[in-house]
Amino acid sequence: MSNVPADLRYAKSHEWVCVADGLATVGITDHAQHELTDVVFVELPAVGRKVRAGETCAVVESVKTASDIYSPVGGEVVAVNDGLPMNPALVNTAPFGEGWFFKVKLSSPADVDALLSADDYRAQIEG
Amino acid sequence: MATLKRTPLYDAHVRHGARLVEFGGWEMPIQYTGILDEHQAVRTAAGLFDISHMGEVFVSGPAAEEFLNGVLTNDLQKLVPGQGQYTLMCKEGGGVIDDLFAYCVGAVDFLLIINASRAEVDLAWLTARLLEFPRCGEVQITDACDRMSAVAVQGPKVAAFIDRIFPGPFEDPASLVAKPSDLKRNRLSVFSFGGTPVWFARTGYTGEDGFEIVAPNAVVGAIWDRCIEVGRAYGLKPCGLGARDTLRTEMCFPLYGHELTEDLTPIEAGLDVFVALYKPVFNGREVMLAQKRDGVRRRLAAFRMKDKGVPPVRPHYAVWAQGGDGTSLGETTSGTLSPSLGVGIGLAYLPVDFAEPGMEVSIEIRGRRYPAEVLKKPLYKKPA
Repeated sequence: MSNVPADLRYAKSHEWVCVADGLATVGITDHAQHELTDVVFVELPAVGRKVRAGETCAVVESVKTASDIYSPVGGEVVAVNDGLPMNPALVNTAPFGEGWFFKVKLSSPADVDALLSADDYRAQIEG
Repeated sequence: MATLKRTPLYDAHVRHGARLVEFGGWEMPIQYTGILDEHQAVRTAAGLFDISHMGEVFVSGPAAEEFLNGVLTNDLQKLVPGQGQYTLMCKEGGGVIDDLFAYCVGAVDFLLIINASRAEVDLAWLTARLLEFPRCGEVQITDACDRMSAVAVQGPKVAAFIDRIFPGPFEDPASLVAKPSDLKRNRLSVFSFGGTPVWFARTGYTGEDGFEIVAPNAVVGAIWDRCIEVGRAYGLKPCGLGARDTLRTEMCFPLYGHELTEDLTPIEAGLDVFVALYKPVFNGREVMLAQKRDGVRRRLAAFRMKDKGVPPVRPHYAVWAQGGDGTSLGETTSGTLSPSLGVGIGLAYLPVDFAEPGMEVSIEIRGRRYPAEVLKKPLYKKPA
């Protein structure tokens, strides 16, 4: 059974978003890391890059597959998890914590409203 | 899409929490706990693989050896009962129909272990060649794919426990050695599993010591369970096709559909030692003889990425000369992050000048090029 923290918002494409003071922290869900299996490579966006909601801006690879990661919200990438490329297994071991990907300064807070609640996301992955 | 076939071990896979995928028309486990974990188990302890999807074909009769020597590249005359060899089956143009293991199981009996994805093609090919064979009345081909299953037990600790699983020699046909661990590499013998004859070969696809066990469908489930039960204390884990692929890629063993196709010859694949060109007649001989004499334009090369922390290599990535533009040299046929080496590795057909160990090339991954070095095979060598 995957962990789906109640205080986060979710994208259908399996990213989570934690919003505080107009800043959205983005990572991939416990369900997603489990489906991916052992993560061996992460490519993060450049700090300063402007992203649209739904735009591809990172890549995560397991031994078997490469998957695109989408930014669930639009804005400017203001920080990335520098430790992640050196230790990609954090995506598996701490998907909601040390395994975060990047932070976006929201250009349109309404993007967040369009995301799934924890209940809706749980219904999607268990449906 | 056609319904996927399931091996008799399907329920065991589900019970062990396997993630199942399609492979060669079969629903097979890609992993249980994780590819890295399973890979490590095979390199340091033991791993158990379901290889029941692979096909078993018996070819028997007074003219069986002569017939098979005309369709397979290696020389079956080298084998006495209890011995096996890696070999290839090729078209007249030299393209590979399948790569397989051929065992001599009796004076006039041979067992072929063929790839799941090629079983139908292989049987059609063998049957058609037999019709053209002058002594066709003295050869019988028996397709045992649907009634035989197989598991592979691989890893440095396997020899320490395998005899406990198969205690008994068999009477008829008689076991050639007293116990499985007495078998030498590439040798095969029948042993008793609770009174049922089971074929035991000291072979594998991982680069580790180990055994491949071919058994009737009805007993393979019990063999699997017994291997898990006895092997557990030695660190044995069930392993999926994911680990099987990373293990064989480190050893540079070809995989049909990747390194071997009907458009490439064993000579181009660097499998010359398995082609007995001195045999007077076999399918593909003329083309391969000419390739040996005149040289080939491309050859299968193994490479390792120069840097860690670059994206993992995968099949179908373009390979470039360093600084090259215009046309790429070729593309990767296999690629992975090597769990043992911690760096990206792969195989690719390259122009012969670039296929030499020491050559530097670049691998294109999502529009960027990363340096790699061509190395001697295998890419992984056991620590001394």
